[in-house]
Amino acid sequence: MPTSTATRPSEDLTRDDRLELYYFARLTRDIEERLAVLYRQNKVVGGLYRSLGQEGESVASAYALAEDDAVAALIRNLGSLIVQGIRPRAVFSQYMAKGTSPTRGRDLNLHFSHIPDDGGPIVVGPISMLGDLVPVMAGVGLGARMQGRSLVGMTYIGDGGTSTGAFHEGMNFAAVQKLPLVVIAEDNKYAYSTPVSQQMALARIDQRADAYGIPHEMVDGNDMLAVYDAARRAVVRARQGDGPSLVGVDTMRMRGHAEHDDMRYMSKPLLDAWKARDPIARYRDHLIETEIATETDLADIDAMSLAYAEAEAELAEAEPAPDPDTAAGGVFAGEHFQPTVDIVHSPFRKKRGAPRHAPAAEARS
Amino acid sequence: MAERTYLEAIRQGLAEEMARDERVYAIGEDIGAYGGAFKVTEGLLDRFGAERVIDTPISETAIIGAAIGSAYVGMRPVAELQFIDFVACCFNILTNFAAKSRYRWGAGVPMVVRGPCGGGVSGGPFHSANPEAHFLHTPGLKIVEPSTAYDAKGLIKAAVRDDDPVLFLEHKFLYRRVKDEVPDADYVVPIGQAVVRRPGDDVTVVTFGAMTYTALEAAEQLAQRDVEVEVIDLRTLSPLDHETVLKSLAKTNKIVVLHEAQRTGGIGAEIAAAITERGFEHLDAPPVRLASLDTPVPYNPALEAAFRPGVEQIVAAVGQLVEY
Ligand SMILES: Cc1ncc(C[n+]2csc(CCOP(=O)(O)OP(=O)(O)O)c2C)c(N)n1
Ligand SMILES: [Mg+2]
Repeated sequence: MPTSTATRPSEDLTRDDRLELYYFARLTRDIEERLAVLYRQNKVVGGLYRSLGQEGESVASAYALAEDDAVAALIRNLGSLIVQGIRPRAVFSQYMAKGTSPTRGRDLNLHFSHIPDDGGPIVVGPISMLGDLVPVMAGVGLGARMQGRSLVGMTYIGDGGTSTGAFHEGMNFAAVQKLPLVVIAEDNKYAYSTPVSQQMALARIDQRADAYGIPHEMVDGNDMLAVYDAARRAVVRARQGDGPSLVGVDTMRMRGHAEHDDMRYMSKPLLDAWKARDPIARYRDHLIETEIATETDLADIDAMSLAYAEAEAELAEAEPAPDPDTAAGGVFAGEHFQPTVDIVHSPFRKKRGAPRHAPAAEARS
Repeated sequence: MAERTYLEAIRQGLAEEMARDERVYAIGEDIGAYGGAFKVTEGLLDRFGAERVIDTPISETAIIGAAIGSAYVGMRPVAELQFIDFVACCFNILTNFAAKSRYRWGAGVPMVVRGPCGGGVSGGPFHSANPEAHFLHTPGLKIVEPSTAYDAKGLIKAAVRDDDPVLFLEHKFLYRRVKDEVPDADYVVPIGQAVVRRPGDDVTVVTFGAMTYTALEAAEQLAQRDVEVEVIDLRTLSPLDHETVLKSLAKTNKIVVLHEAQRTGGIGAEIAAAITERGFEHLDAPPVRLASLDTPVPYNPALEAAFRPGVEQIVAAVGQLVEY
């Protein structure tokens, strides 16, 4: 059931929205570049999983959500968390296993959640086992619907992850129950070393959705506005009670599976071809060509983003390691483990005042 | 007070909790119009509607995943697995997602996963499981298995109110065979407390679920030989109530650990180890484990009887301990 691509919700984005999108993508890349340095300095405790070349799709898809919707990111969706207001410092301190990180050093990288009782963005963290976030986010939508909340959940799945049973069970359940769920399926050409052709016999990843009888479409994942448009159409459908959708994004993982990966199985010409389609550079050119921003405007944003990423990294570096005594406890309620995650607003949000996608904007889309 | 079956007591407890707290809802396969494979949820659909009694596709991972997600946003799901054997199909999401959630990031999952366990009804290799040992070894899950109707109601209510995931094992042999006094009043049986079902001074038998009745029958026979057996019903399997067991051991100095699941790596091994570590000076004989054979559960009634420990083995084991 390919969807109609007639509407272009991005046409309603203000100049500040468009610049904010750029800022979020830029900040995502700057944070990861900084993490790569920390990794080489042996300050990252575990592995480092880059989203290089995919920052645009994470950012643009999450940007289609209202600010107090729920997002469940995989480890390559740092951009989605940045959009939802997760403070970069939290990400740095997670990677460095600090005692003041969102999980107090108990879990790694983007494996943390933020589930406020009183409104604000909901972030459900992943577990390593791929596929499980789909049924869990179906449940977030189910619970919210029972409570009469108009919340939409968005989650991500890689080309490899779509082969799991959990993905299938979750998609099918969400479809049967018509739950407010948007699944972004990322065809980034590889699952670790395995090419998509060994993952599925389908021509396009979004065709997975045909098995569930739900709307789906495939977009150029390195075209931020195209991703935003498709995700936004899906979010609006979900909020109207029309059930789940799947958006396939055609993109490329520009690094190995993780930083330790020698990438020997990846084709050089393919990488070069995709390098020319870098989502941030493309969006930058678009902003200049359409005269939404000047080179100077964007250089200012670049500088602001870089300075922020570096400052946040520095703050996280100075955080203490966990006290070894805290390894015990916190398994059951009442054992005093209440982690917190700082939510921040971008300079553009502060300027705009109102949250993005206020209900009035939703009605327009 | 009315006499109710074990099954009716669970149903009553569930219905009371759903009426008390609108966050509580039921989800599972065939639990709505059909009322569940064993009819535990019969009548709930009429009373609470399809919004709160949700029939799902045959998707155990989706059932548990949806329960987890809804719990994150404030609901209190009670998920039914049609037979507890199917917990194997959602082992990952239960042990990795639900059980680790609070430790990792402080987000509790107030969820009950309930289902019929146990043998004695010729269920065969896939409809007779007693899976507690897999989950005893999973930090973050609580495990409960009542043996009486009174406890069944009190424990299901405690499980629903618990802020962490609880695996609620319902012994299917007891569903309609056990009937006892169940108050209509609102009460809970606290999770984590064992109970002495029969006091005695000579030998302690620690057990739970349907084996409680097997142990009581053996104790009755042994009493005729002037051997007084103390029968402890654990009721909660995780966290274990070691204190009640050790207190009894201090009195009897001899102990049998009895369960229906297979012997190797079973819950009896954990209890025996704990007794040895913490009650060594009270032991006048090595702790004895009585459990099923290390095979899948066989189908034929004669084979299943040979597979499981019975009254005779208990009488023999206690007899040997008395002589020790
Ligand atoms: C169920 C499961 N099996 C194996 C793994 C190990 N693993 C981690 S990431 C990965 C590749 C994932 O590929 P894909 O889903 O395409 O996501 P991508 O890394 O390309 O973003 C594998 C095999 C896992 N995390 N989960
Ligand atoms: Mg992939």
